[in-house]
Amino acid sequence: MTTTLTRPGALAASGHPLVRPPAARHLTDEQIAELGVELDAIRDDILAKRGATDAAYIRRVIKVQRGLEFAGRGALLFGRNRAAWIAGTTMLSFAKILENMEIGHNVLHGQWDWMRDPDIHSTTWEWDFVTPARSWQHTHNDLHHRWTNVVGKDRDVGYNLLRMDADQPWTPFNLGNPLYNAMLAPVFEWGIALYDLELPEYNEGLKSKADLKRDLKAMGIKAVKQFTKDYAATPAVAMLTGSGKQALYGTLVANAVRNVWAHAVIFCGHFPDGTDTFTEEMVEGETRGDWYVRQMIGSANISGSKLMHLMTGNLSHQVEHHCFPDLPSNRYAEVAVRVREICNRYGLPYTTGPLPKQVASTWAKVFKLALPDKGFFKKKKTTTP
Amino acid sequence: MIRLPRLARAASALITPLTPEDFLALFNPVFSARQLRGVVTRVERETENSATIYFRPGSGWHAHRAGQWARIGVELDGVRHWRSYSLSAAAGQDPAITVTDAGAVSNVLVRNTRPGDVLFLAPPQGDFVLPEHPRALLMLTAGSGITPVMSMIRTLVPRRPDADVVLVHSDRTPEVSLFREELNELADQFPNLRVTHWFTEERGRLEFTAAGLDGLCPDWRSRAAYACGPEGFLDDAEVFWAAESALPRTDPEPGAADPGSLTIERFSTSLAGGAGHDGGLVTFEASDREVEADGETPLLDVGEDAGILMPSGCRMGICHSCLLPLRAGQVRDLRTGEVHGDPGQLIQTCVSAAAGPVNLDH
Repeated sequence: MTTTLTRPGALAASGHPLVRPPAARHLTDEQIAELGVELDAIRDDILAKRGATDAAYIRRVIKVQRGLEFAGRGALLFGRNRAAWIAGTTMLSFAKILENMEIGHNVLHGQWDWMRDPDIHSTTWEWDFVTPARSWQHTHNDLHHRWTNVVGKDRDVGYNLLRMDADQPWTPFNLGNPLYNAMLAPVFEWGIALYDLELPEYNEGLKSKADLKRDLKAMGIKAVKQFTKDYAATPAVAMLTGSGKQALYGTLVANAVRNVWAHAVIFCGHFPDGTDTFTEEMVEGETRGDWYVRQMIGSANISGSKLMHLMTGNLSHQVEHHCFPDLPSNRYAEVAVRVREICNRYGLPYTTGPLPKQVASTWAKVFKLALPDKGFFKKKKTTTP
Repeated sequence: MIRLPRLARAASALITPLTPEDFLALFNPVFSARQLRGVVTRVERETENSATIYFRPGSGWHAHRAGQWARIGVELDGVRHWRSYSLSAAAGQDPAITVTDAGAVSNVLVRNTRPGDVLFLAPPQGDFVLPEHPRALLMLTAGSGITPVMSMIRTLVPRRPDADVVLVHSDRTPEVSLFREELNELADQFPNLRVTHWFTEERGRLEFTAAGLDGLCPDWRSRAAYACGPEGFLDDAEVFWAAESALPRTDPEPGAADPGSLTIERFSTSLAGGAGHDGGLVTFEASDREVEADGETPLLDVGEDAGILMPSGCRMGICHSCLLPLRAGQVRDLRTGEVHGDPGQLIQTCVSAAAGPVNLDH
């Protein structure tokens, strides 16, 4: 009857990109086309299965999240009591992580739009994160997911702040790479809000003043509300029990925990060893199969328990998420088994590892790329006449 | 009551971007102010294939007028589906719909609805209502077309001794005929109601002829007529009234019905106008979605299948709840086959299909 295309016209029907990424150079055009068909089949399979159990899943997660949020914030109002403070801060941290990752990120991807529930829909959802949902959808869904790891196109490669790829030219500013990253982690949501304003794009003339003004206003309103909730309203109510200060510490800690966690998980998505970045030539003329290949070899998973997958918003299945950004997150685990098998069969890398290993790997990159590449000065000498 | 919104606003500062209703809805789904819901209070089987579902609506609902319908949303395998159903309860009573199992949505409503279930609702609407001033009435109904008329009869007959209602209801057999016993009891009890059951299995199809109607209701010409039933039944009635008396008016001013006027309520629309045509790429601009659509699928279905939240109503081109502004392209009216489209024009998405590439502002 009808077919949905995510980006019609953006992908070539056949052929190959100008340059194929090194990790996939052993594959012929036909093999890549076949791989595309196999991945499309996985998607169709899940679409056919998707139904009441999936709907019940997201509603259950939302219910649990709201329960934790309510109980956590409620307990913080009595934060003078040490046990109440610990329970409140813990529950609120969990609630915020669930809200941002398994619920917010995935709802805003449209993973649950098929239910046609206006309360759980990518066009109506707003999240407990400073950046307004609409701004984030633009930089994340439109730009990052379309241009995944294409240096110069996907600004998520370092978020305009960090040098995360050797192909990004080194400047002395990058010496601060580890420092910036350490400072970014606890205030990650503010970093993302700033990033979503796209100031460099504005400076480069790629974003209009009107658009910037609109985004600034939306962010300002959102930021005031978010700030008021956690750092003014909650402590103010807690003052009734003499727990104002403790409640403030509680919300500060919960936000910091969520920020550090989100930062860690998100950095494990594309920066660990084994993930590839791409040049613009590798995207030019890309077919659906090549697009899938780029998503798979440009992303990295995190292995772990069911709880780990839940708390990462199933971004622990980053490879599968990038292949199928709008499939419901609760389905990624079963998709992963099949995607991994395909990667093995086609001789493509499938990067995964436990969280500590992947975090260590991203930090190693942060440190390494703080310094210029070997031969940086030599090269400079040879190019100077 | 005035202080409640202020309290709610104060509470919102603590839970933004959520609202107090988001939390209250954890305990009672009817509390959601963003989505009107109702809780099923009672389900009564009417016939083998039909049931009446009573529900308690949340705030945002308004009392229905006899003969009106409401949109009801139910979830089938996790997906929300909306359909319109006539309210069968008398005006002033708790709302109830009477549903006959004829499709996926009505099947779930008739077979699998239990007290305590939640229905999604839109407030009652519709112009198929009683005249404002007392008049002698002739009701012609067939099959489940009795439903809105039942609401009228329940509203009028027991309360208004001066009412004068003749009902001719056509159905296949007594077993499948909705409200048969209640109608007979009402007719026994109240002299202002006369009921004729016409069972087509015994007597054949109810034909609209002057002689036939004279036999069923000799003074039919002096009555305001209401008809509700399947498409063929209504088409026949319309043709007959057009030939016999004044022009049929499908949308009269309430109370202004002329002698011999016919008011009809349709349950379905033939969408044959699109057969055999090509569709095109449909762009939902605000949703940033593009979908390839054929020339026979209503744009409403195209959008819903793509996961877009589409406004919708009767799904048969009557209620205009589904209007969306056209940005570019042409659409085909599936009822008539007419191709039309000016930028800015409001399109009835439930009865329009793509005729080439179409851009909608949604």
